[in-house]
Amino acid sequence: MLWQQIANGIATGAVYALTTLGLTMVYGVLRVLHVAHAGIYTLGAFVGLFTYRATGSFWIGLLAAMVVCAIVGVLIERFLYAPLLHLPRIVPLIGSIGLFIAMEEGFRIVAGPYALAYDAEVQFGNLALGPLRLSAPQTVILVVTLVLLGLLWLLLSRSRIGLAMRATAMDAETTSTFGISTRAVVTLNFIIGSALAGASGVLIGVYDNQVWPTMGSIPAYKCLAIVVLGGLGNIPGSVLASFVIGLAETLLIGVVAIPFPRDALAFVAMILVLMFRPHGLLGRG
Amino acid sequence: MLSGYVVTVLITIGIYVILALSLNIITGYAGQISLGHAAFMGIGAYTSALLYTKAGWGFWPAFLAAGAMAALVGAILAIPCLRVREDFLAITTMGINFVVEAVFLYIPFFGAGMGIGGINAPTLFGRELEKTGFLTLVVLVILATIAADRWLMRSWTGLAWSAIREDEHAAGAMGIDVVRFKVLAFMLGSAGAGFAGSLYAHFLTFIMPVNFNFGQSMVILSMVVFGGIGTLRGPIIGAIVLGALPEISRPAMEYRTFLYGILLLLLMRFQPDGILGERSLVVRGWRALRPNRVVGIR
Repeated sequence: MLWQQIANGIATGAVYALTTLGLTMVYGVLRVLHVAHAGIYTLGAFVGLFTYRATGSFWIGLLAAMVVCAIVGVLIERFLYAPLLHLPRIVPLIGSIGLFIAMEEGFRIVAGPYALAYDAEVQFGNLALGPLRLSAPQTVILVVTLVLLGLLWLLLSRSRIGLAMRATAMDAETTSTFGISTRAVVTLNFIIGSALAGASGVLIGVYDNQVWPTMGSIPAYKCLAIVVLGGLGNIPGSVLASFVIGLAETLLIGVVAIPFPRDALAFVAMILVLMFRPHGLLGRG
Repeated sequence: MLSGYVVTVLITIGIYVILALSLNIITGYAGQISLGHAAFMGIGAYTSALLYTKAGWGFWPAFLAAGAMAALVGAILAIPCLRVREDFLAITTMGINFVVEAVFLYIPFFGAGMGIGGINAPTLFGRELEKTGFLTLVVLVILATIAADRWLMRSWTGLAWSAIREDEHAAGAMGIDVVRFKVLAFMLGSAGAGFAGSLYAHFLTFIMPVNFNFGQSMVILSMVVFGGIGTLRGPIIGAIVLGALPEISRPAMEYRTFLYGILLLLLMRFQPDGILGERSLVVRGWRALRPNRVVGIR
């Protein structure tokens, strides 16, 4: 029972990590709270589902979702955020919230208000690590997440592009004086972040076996809490915070059975941590 | 006379005007982004409703207590908010909203998911206020809020808030007690929300946690930003336009939330100062037509 809950917690944390990475990368380079990121996550789930229905392959669905989401993410950056960056922070924030509302409603108008089943057959075995048993969907989530995180880590720490990305996140102006196109870096951040959000939409859709228009509502705000908890813009911090929140939610609700709503827990944790570390778990002041 | 339907819509819009004006104090004047204003509206509504239904208080003392309670909680919650800046502050206030809603939703004392019912309309000299009487009350509260707003903005407090909004460190260096004025802004803004919440509870006669969720905060904030943040006219016009929108767009029922999202998006993209902000098309056009007049600060 306890091990089962831990397995659930790890799977939940993995999906949070995929979703929040995009948010934290966007924040790192643009300093924008990208609420519409959760709209991209929902878009990914729908694209994945419809592609799966058309082709019968889970993997093609996953790939299609990542590609479509990357394109939409870049469009959002170009047409919404880029012209608003010199304005007070609240302007792109409200714009992003408006876009998120419109996206959710758009999905409802196109795909109907009901949850659609996403019963993709994933040919994948169960995984047993000692007493820890992961079901097939959980294994897929964990494997896909770890592969994507590993690729991202390689890119960021072992390549010149990654160096440019880290430099831009640290200080965009200085970086551009070194002849690095910070525009291209911002675009790349949106491509990667949005593709990861699309992937996590597909994974959660398969895991819960359903996709619905407002599936992004709770992630939209909970992921912001996780990103802040990890230290806004800090990539390892947000991965750590994702797993902490994923496990804490599952264990506190599932094992300790505290009478508190699961989705408010991330915010309680965030407020408590911010009291002592105003820049998050791994953030620097 | 106005029909019952029109009066009901006007009362709702009036309550939103109070909410928008009070949020404008925190976010517009003092420059502290708050994404959790509905939490304080909820605190006011629940205070008023509990005192009325369980403690047997009348409407008027409960109304005053609602404002006081919201102000108190606002001042207490401003303390964690002082530790964080800008985007961290935005997310912290959002978190406060989710936690407050969860408290209403999960603690039986607050009626949990069932909410609180049986809250009656206010009475005056032993007679229950009619709809039009209630509307008059709402208008009076709006006028009082506007008067308080003008008085504060002409005082040192308004200047201190402007200084903090423009540059907190510089304001501190000039000897402005940044902590005191920030807490004051949260306190006064929350008090306004508390009064509005009390009116809301006694108007609906039934409240539920969902009335005070994060979505409601976003509605209030978008009214402030829509009209023009940091001005007096902006939040009022924003609350009237966006408050009337669901009624006007009734024929497009199916698409109205979609259109609302698109409207916010386009406004931020092309008129980021709101329709009546300092740099908006309307205000610049108005100034261009009257070039020789010196226009006041707000």
